[in-house]
Amino acid sequence: MTAPQQQKLKIKGPVVITGNRLGDGAVVYLTMDGGWSTQLNDAEVTTLADRATQLLSEANASDIDAVSAYVAPVIVEAGSIKPGNLRERIRVAGPTFALPGSEAR
Amino acid sequence: MYHYDDFDRTLVAERVAEFRDQVARRLSGQLTEEEFKPLRLMNGVYLQLHAYMLRIAVPYGTLSSPQLRTLAHIARRYDRGYGHFTTRQNIQFNWIKLEEMPETLAALAETGLHAMQTSGNCIRNITSDQWAGVARDEIEDPRIYAEILRQHSTMHPEFSFLPRKFKIAVTAADHDRAAIRVHDIGLRMHRNGAGETGFEVVVGGGLGRTPFVGKTIKPFLHKRDLLSYIEAVLRVYNQYGRRDNIYKARIKILVHELGAEKFAAEVEEEWRAIKDGALALDEAVVADIASRFTYPDYETLTDEPASLQTARASDRRFDTWFRNSVAPHKVPGYAIVTLSLKPEGAPPGDATADQMDRIADLAERYSFGEIRVGHEQNLVLPHVAQRDLPALWTVLDAIGVATPNVGLVSDIIACPGLDYCSLANTRSIPVAQELTRRFRSLESAHNIGRLHINISGCINACGHHHVGHIGILGVEKNGQEFYQITLGGRADEHAELGSLLGPAVPYEQVADVIEDVVAAYIELRVRPDELFIDTVKRVGIEPFKERVYATH
Ligand code: HEM
Ligand code: SF4
Repeated sequence: MTAPQQQKLKIKGPVVITGNRLGDGAVVYLTMDGGWSTQLNDAEVTTLADRATQLLSEANASDIDAVSAYVAPVIVEAGSIKPGNLRERIRVAGPTFALPGSEAR
Repeated sequence: MYHYDDFDRTLVAERVAEFRDQVARRLSGQLTEEEFKPLRLMNGVYLQLHAYMLRIAVPYGTLSSPQLRTLAHIARRYDRGYGHFTTRQNIQFNWIKLEEMPETLAALAETGLHAMQTSGNCIRNITSDQWAGVARDEIEDPRIYAEILRQHSTMHPEFSFLPRKFKIAVTAADHDRAAIRVHDIGLRMHRNGAGETGFEVVVGGGLGRTPFVGKTIKPFLHKRDLLSYIEAVLRVYNQYGRRDNIYKARIKILVHELGAEKFAAEVEEEWRAIKDGALALDEAVVADIASRFTYPDYETLTDEPASLQTARASDRRFDTWFRNSVAPHKVPGYAIVTLSLKPEGAPPGDATADQMDRIADLAERYSFGEIRVGHEQNLVLPHVAQRDLPALWTVLDAIGVATPNVGLVSDIIACPGLDYCSLANTRSIPVAQELTRRFRSLESAHNIGRLHINISGCINACGHHHVGHIGILGVEKNGQEFYQITLGGRADEHAELGSLLGPAVPYEQVADVIEDVVAAYIELRVRPDELFIDTVKRVGIEPFKERVYATH
C-alpha cells in the first residue's frame, strides 16, 4: 500500500517492475525479454535489490510503452505470481466492489 | 443557465486542438512523460492506479440537459458506463484511454464543457452554492461573481503558475452550502449596515495535511472591488508563497505563518495601489455577465397545490421523500429537488450513463432543462413546479435517485481512495458502502437526524474528513488499512475541524465503531432534535471515547 514515490529499494521478498501502459493506462509488468505484459504471470520476478534497480532503470529508459514504473511486491505460489499487497491486488483485479451500472463493456 | 460567448467557445476549441497535437506527439514519443505530464494535467488528465482519469469542470455546478447527456455519452462511449461527481462540483471519469482523450474533450467542447482549471497550480474551478439563483435565503445570484472571477483567472496567465493550486468558493445566502471556510478564498455575500451588498473575504482555509479554517481578513468588501482585492490577495501570495516546499505552498500556510492580521495588512497595501485602476468592476460589466445567466419563465403558481397535498397524504414513501429531499424555492409554487446519489450499497457520487440520460430528460420536462451538482456529491433539479413533484418522484424512484437520505447518516461523502487513487493509503468507498448498509433503515436515519460522515483514503483529505461531523481518515499500519476517526467537524458557516476520537481502528471495525458513536449520541442527546454536531459540541468527545474504546 506504499505509494511508489515513497519506496526505497529495500526488498523483503520477490518483486516485479510494474507501470501503466501509455496509450490506455492499463496495468503492465516488465517481462524477461524487456517487453511489457498485462499478465502478472509474464513478469520477471527478482528477489535481489540490484537486479530490481537495474530492471527499473531499464524500464525508465524508455517511456513510450509504459509510464510511472516502480517496484512492486509479489507472492510466488505454486509457480504462479500473485500481487503482494492490497494496492497491487486492486491494480490486478480493479476496484473491490461492483462498478455501477450493468453497461460495463 | 449561463450562456458562453464566442470567446469562450474559441478558447475551448483551441485548447482541444492543442491537446490533440500534444497527445499525438506523446504517443509517438516526440514528447517524454516528463514534458507531457504538466500538459495533460492542464487538461484535467491524471494517471490513477489502473487507468487515466479525466476531471471535467462544472462551473459553479450548473449543467444543462444537453451537457448532462454529453456526459452520459462519454460514460458510455469512452468510459465504463458511469461517472463520479466530486465535492468540487466536477465530474470524474475513471477509465478513459489517453488515445481517446482528444475525442472526449472535443465531444465535451461541443456542449461547452471542458477540463481546464481542474488540476495544476492554477485557480481551480470556482464553486458556489448548488442552490444559487433559487434559494430563498439568497441576496443575489453568487454565480455572477464566480463567473467574473472565472473569466478573470482564465485570461491571466500569471495565475496559471501559482505556488500551488488555488480554490475559491462564493455564496450569497445565510446558510453556507459551499464550504467556503475551507477554501483558499471564501467569499460570502452579505449586506452591511447601510444595506449595501458586498463580500466577507475569508482566506487561508483548506484541508489536506495541515487543515485550517479560513480567517476573515475583510468583513465587508464592496462588490466593485472584488477583482482588485482578489488580485491583491493573489499578489501577496505569489510574492511570499513557499514554492520551495510543496507541503507549505498553499496560502493557508502563508496566512498561518504571517498571521491573519499581517496578511490582511499586506493585502490592503497592495490593494490600495490597484483599487481604483482597471480592475474596478463597473456596473455595466456586472450587468453584462448577469444578463448571460438566464432564468426560467416561471408560471404564476401558489405554494402547496392541492395535488401535492393529496399525494403527500396518500403515499407515505412520497411524503418521506418530500420532507427530506425537497426544499423551498424563491418563486412561489416551485421547489428545489435534491437527487440522492447515495443509494444503499453504492459508491457515493456515482451516476450511470442511463441515470444521467434519464435525469437530463426529467430536467427538460420538469426543471427548465437545468441540473446542479452540489459539493455533497448529489444532484439538484433547481426549478420544479410543486404540482409536478409526485410525477417526478415516481421516475426518480424508479431510476434509483430518490433515496430520502439527503443530509442524513447514509449521505456519505467519500473520496475514491485506494480503489482508484494512486496516492491512497486505504480504501474509502467500501467503508462508505458498509456504513450505508448498517444505516439502511430510513426510520432510524431520520431519527438520528442530520449527520455528515466524510471519508478520505489519505491525508490529502479529498473526502473532507476534517469537516465531517464524523470524519474517517485512512492510514496505513504495517501494510494494513486502519482508520482514524474524528468527531465534531463541520463545513458550514460555523466551520470547525473535528477532534480525534482515539487510536486508529482496523478496516473491519470501522462500521462497528461508527454505530457505537451514533448509539452514544442517541443516549447523550437531551432532546430528539439536538443534532449530533450539537451534542458533540456540548459534551465533548470524552463520552464517545469511553463508549467506543470500552467496547473495542
Ligand atoms: C484520484 C484523483 C485525485 C487525486 C490524485 C487528488 C489529489 C489531491 C491532493 C494531492 C490534495 C492535497 C492538496 C494540498 O493540500 O495541497 C487534494 C485535496 C483535495 N481534493 Fe483531491 N485528489 C483526487 C480526487 C479528488 C476527488 C474525487 C475529490 C472530490 C470528491 C477531490 C477533492 C479534493 C478536496 C476537496 C481537497 C481538499 C481541500 C483542499 O484543497 O485543501 N479530490 N487532492
Ligand atoms: S484523499 Fe487521498 S486517497 Fe482520497 S482521492 Fe484524495 S489523494 Fe486519493
